Amino acid sequence: MDIPFTKHTLRNGLDVVVHEDRALPIVAVNVWYHVGSKDEVPGRTGFAHLFEHLMFEGSEHYDRGYFQPLQAAGAALNGSTNADRTNYWEVVPSNALDLALWMESDRMGYLLPALTDAKFENQRDVVLNERRQNYENRPYGLAGMAIVAALYPDAHPYHWMTIGAAEDIRAAHIDDVRAFFKRYYHPGNASIALAGDIDADTAIRLADEYFGDLEGGERPPRVQVPPPNPTSEVRLLLEDRVELPRLYLTWHSPALFAAGDAELDLVSDVLAGGKTSRLYRSLVYEQRMATEVAASQNSRELGSFFQVVATAAPGRTLAEIEQAIARELRAVATEGPTAGEMERGLAQAESHFLARLQTVGGFGGKSDQLNAYNMYIGHPGFFSRDLERYRSATAGTLRDAAARWLRPEARVALSVVPRGAANVGLDGSMPVAVS
Amino acid sequence: MAVDRSRLPVPGPEPQFQFPHIERRTLRNGLRVWTVEHRQIPLVSVLLVTAAGAASDPADRAGLAAITADMLDEGCGNRSALDIHETLGRLGAQLETDVGHDATVLGLTTLTRFLREGMELVAEMVLHPRLAEGDFERVRDLRLNRLLQYRDSPPALADRAFAELLYRDHPYGHLPIGTERSLRAIAVDDVRQFHARAFRPDLTTVIAAGDGDHETLAAAVGDAFESWRIAPDLEPVPLPSSFGEPSPPSNRLAVVHRPGAAQSELRIGHVALARRTPDYHACMVLNMILGGQFVSRLNMNLRQEKGYTYGARTAFEFRRAAGPFAMHASVQADATADAIRETLHEFRAIRGTRPVTGEELAVGRAALTRGYPRNFETSDQIARAAAQLALYELPDDYFSTFVATTLALRPEDITHAAERHLHPARAAVVVVGDRDKIGTSLASLDLGEASEVALA
Repeated sequence: MDIPFTKHTLRNGLDVVVHEDRALPIVAVNVWYHVGSKDEVPGRTGFAHLFEHLMFEGSEHYDRGYFQPLQAAGAALNGSTNADRTNYWEVVPSNALDLALWMESDRMGYLLPALTDAKFENQRDVVLNERRQNYENRPYGLAGMAIVAALYPDAHPYHWMTIGAAEDIRAAHIDDVRAFFKRYYHPGNASIALAGDIDADTAIRLADEYFGDLEGGERPPRVQVPPPNPTSEVRLLLEDRVELPRLYLTWHSPALFAAGDAELDLVSDVLAGGKTSRLYRSLVYEQRMATEVAASQNSRELGSFFQVVATAAPGRTLAEIEQAIARELRAVATEGPTAGEMERGLAQAESHFLARLQTVGGFGGKSDQLNAYNMYIGHPGFFSRDLERYRSATAGTLRDAAARWLRPEARVALSVVPRGAANVGLDGSMPVAVS
Repeated sequence: MAVDRSRLPVPGPEPQFQFPHIERRTLRNGLRVWTVEHRQIPLVSVLLVTAAGAASDPADRAGLAAITADMLDEGCGNRSALDIHETLGRLGAQLETDVGHDATVLGLTTLTRFLREGMELVAEMVLHPRLAEGDFERVRDLRLNRLLQYRDSPPALADRAFAELLYRDHPYGHLPIGTERSLRAIAVDDVRQFHARAFRPDLTTVIAAGDGDHETLAAAVGDAFESWRIAPDLEPVPLPSSFGEPSPPSNRLAVVHRPGAAQSELRIGHVALARRTPDYHACMVLNMILGGQFVSRLNMNLRQEKGYTYGARTAFEFRRAAGPFAMHASVQADATADAIRETLHEFRAIRGTRPVTGEELAVGRAALTRGYPRNFETSDQIARAAAQLALYELPDDYFSTFVATTLALRPEDITHAAERHLHPARAAVVVVGDRDKIGTSLASLDLGEASEVALA
């Protein structure tokens, strides 16, 4: 199982990765910039994402919006920002590949001459509305902000969420856009992957034609932070407009691809993947104290977090839910998973890896994965070694990872409770305000 | 060689694409078995499509179809729920259940080498579910709790209020999950009876798409389902093909009060068309131009010019009987009335005062036709496309004629479709927002008295 590829680096530093797949007459164009909300500074949080919006507002040589010509050619397109990186993609019929490369290269090289106050102010309003829709006006929508603020120290680049603080978004200035573009948006800090109905020679020639003239730049220094080392549990309480209380338990965990990362991903499956998982079975199926439970290893460049989330059934308390979760975690951390759990976990992992080979483009498609591997470890061909991390995991390594990382004294426990019902949160929780 | 940046590259001739061949068989018990070969990845996607969904719920048992489908993996034959899920896990399989208004769809994606085992498991769940009382109580409690949580979810509240406003006591007048009251009225015997009347081989199509030849795929399905029989003397549940038109709404504006809401969740629209309308293609293009893509009139107006919202869209929801047309958006509270006014204005404009231009038509058609192949990249996408043919009884050549039919549309066809199928004068509006902040401005919209929506 693999994604065959060719990699070539242009003189200006742009990495070009190509994967040929002739199943359909389409080509995926996928561009990653190694910049995310971790590169922001306090007081200007949310900026990397606001910047992403401006990338769709036109560039010097085509200043009528980014979507129109591409949608007219039959493209699907989008972009996204997270803590670590920003990505942009198009999936085009193979006859429109030149158009997509023209558009991507124009905004990589010539965004600023087309930037105006009107565009900037409009997109700032759009982002504030995105924040209202997806966070402020959504049940439990502010929980993530309270958690990362407590999990990471003030100066840590993961201390805030990618959407940022509303007052910071309002405070953003158009001059910040210019500085950000010059620092992070250049070929030396980017990688482009082309996957689909194209051969490597043609793809590299086209990439050179469209991107080769753009000026390279210094690769910005990577953000360095000492790993946080929590020594005591933090308990927080957030009152929200919700009907049922919900408990979020969050721990620091090994960074993306670091030792223990794959193990904790498998542990999350043992805990909450499907109805046979330990937490679902115990909390939802047998004891009926929770209405839903989830667990996840959230892998990131500077350090990951592991999270268990459970919503209380009516009349049940977060205290009993916390105890039931702690019991199951202790069992995994002392005895490890059973042979049956390991077999199922690996079959599911294999099946997920296969599923990721089905599409050339879009979020999570082959072009996106090639760029992820290229940017995070400098090697696009990491797919089979990535899978191997899962295949080589054992019940013993899962047990050890759970024991080392998922300790009660090293976690943030957030109780989200209905307004006026602070008493149903965990004992000793400190009220927090998020907006 | 330097790039010419004075103009955009013009795409060359369009590449050709053929929708993969569907092979169709019918078992002796009436079950239709369709197969599609798609051999890139060692996975097979199977969809079991039964033409009975939430619209077949009895009037006082809204939510029955959905809870019945939810019970299928709670134990079958001699397997408990945990046995079922241990098997699914071992097969590396994903099971999905989706209950819509017109259909219940069970989906299973599995590694090719486990196809037979996966098929036998699905057949046992559909043919011999345990439907035990204790499991039913637990599953119903989970659904009641989900409904409880929907009280705080603006989109869920808006969807429910909109369905009730448009359709009232029509079978499309409730969401598949039902209401707290209707779920409490359901007993396990209702589930058993619904199962017997809705899950019948003659109402069902099984589609297998993926890594296998037609013979292998069809044999795996056929062997698993050949013992399925129709229970004698049992009428099937009522199906949407027999439904009449809903009576028109009694008022045009409904408000769900949400104190302190930073945004208002909006639905604006009316009952429109069934899937089999001859104007389907024209309405798809009309919708692309009006609100179906980023560069649509509505999104450019409300998002890109005004900054009222993160995004606004419209959609015709084509069903077996006439489904709704609706605008969906969440807008900042102080722009609520203006956003409604602009939306109704756009509905009116595209019907004549500002008819579609040649350029808009070109973009709208192209968005549907030039990107067409990418809708059929995965086994699951192919199976879901085939399911549309099965459910709506579309012609066999539907996919191969879609592009040509769409490209043949002229501007006047779109204007004509807008005149016939867009009705701003009777569009109904649902607002989930802070009544105290927006009430006065809503009164200026000339939509009549606002009704307050209760939640129980």
